[in-house]
Amino acid sequence: MSLLSLLLGEKKKTAAVAKERLQIILAHERAGRNASEPDYLPALQRELLAVIGKYVSIHPDDIKVHLERLDNLEVLEIKIELPDAR
Amino acid sequence: MTKIVVVTSGKGGVGKTTTSASFATGLALKGHKTVVIDFDVGLRNLDLIMGCERRVVYDFVNVIQGEANLNQALIRDKQVDALYILAASQTRDKEALKQEGVERVLNELAGMGFEYIVCDSPAGIETGALMAMHYADEALVVTNPEVSSVRDSDRILGLLSSRTRRAIEGREPVKEHLLITRYNPNRVQDGQMLSLQDIQDILRIPLIGVIPESEAVLQASNQGVPAIHLQGTDVSEAYKDVVDRFLGQDRPLRFIEAQKPSLLKRLFAR
Repeated sequence: MSLLSLLLGEKKKTAAVAKERLQIILAHERAGRNASEPDYLPALQRELLAVIGKYVSIHPDDIKVHLERLDNLEVLEIKIELPDAR
Repeated sequence: MTKIVVVTSGKGGVGKTTTSASFATGLALKGHKTVVIDFDVGLRNLDLIMGCERRVVYDFVNVIQGEANLNQALIRDKQVDALYILAASQTRDKEALKQEGVERVLNELAGMGFEYIVCDSPAGIETGALMAMHYADEALVVTNPEVSSVRDSDRILGLLSSRTRRAIEGREPVKEHLLITRYNPNRVQDGQMLSLQDIQDILRIPLIGVIPESEAVLQASNQGVPAIHLQGTDVSEAYKDVVDRFLGQDRPLRFIEAQKPSLLKRLFAR
């Protein structure tokens, strides 16, 4: 490490960049490996649509079902967009 | 008891065949009856690295398809008594490796009293690689200190824990060992290369050894001599340590510290 590079502010070493990039991409890929999309999600979406359809007329695309994994926590997110009440 | 060890990595060119040759040779040098099998059907190279390319008459696929028996296909190493090589077929495609056929050959080898069966996996995650790992008891995961190699090793670890017979049958999982090859301590010190610790932090499996980057590996393959035979080289010593550790002995890591350049080199640098 030269004096000059110290004065100019050392840039991050490439090995550290490599490690950080790997940690991020592998965390993502490992999550995907353990069956990230359980097979019940499409069925759940269809049944929700049928139930809600009894009361409100909605389009199949207005229901979004999404499962997210954060370490040990799983979040099942269901978003239903209702048509404009007019 | 026969132990089946797969040498695998996902990525190509990281040192699987070099490692298979030296590791199998090292086990045989310790007196263990060992066979090393090339699973890279269509792209065989183990025979060249072992220096027996001109003695291949029958190969692994011939045995699987019943065109030759094991005694005809096994090549006895010229330098080490307890060592045998089973070459891959050069002409057929990888689909020739059928699971039942592979299992039958491995069982037959066990019946012949082999203590270790070393399976040299092809690169990738296709049939050949999956067959090489399927029956493994232990795995050497060969990894270079480089992003694509580490990522591919992680993928291979996923397959070892899900697609092998041990995983499918719910038995004790395949014992995984991390082998880091082409390691350059000087570049690590300069922050240009992932360190041992970095790679272990990411892959989280026990380290069995570090093979330094060295000109000796090319010298060895040029001659068709497994690198472990090049007495006095760092690579040879490092592979001997790996074999000793595999056999349960305690060996401190070597060749992992950066070398200080000599005074003359420092004076004339830059």
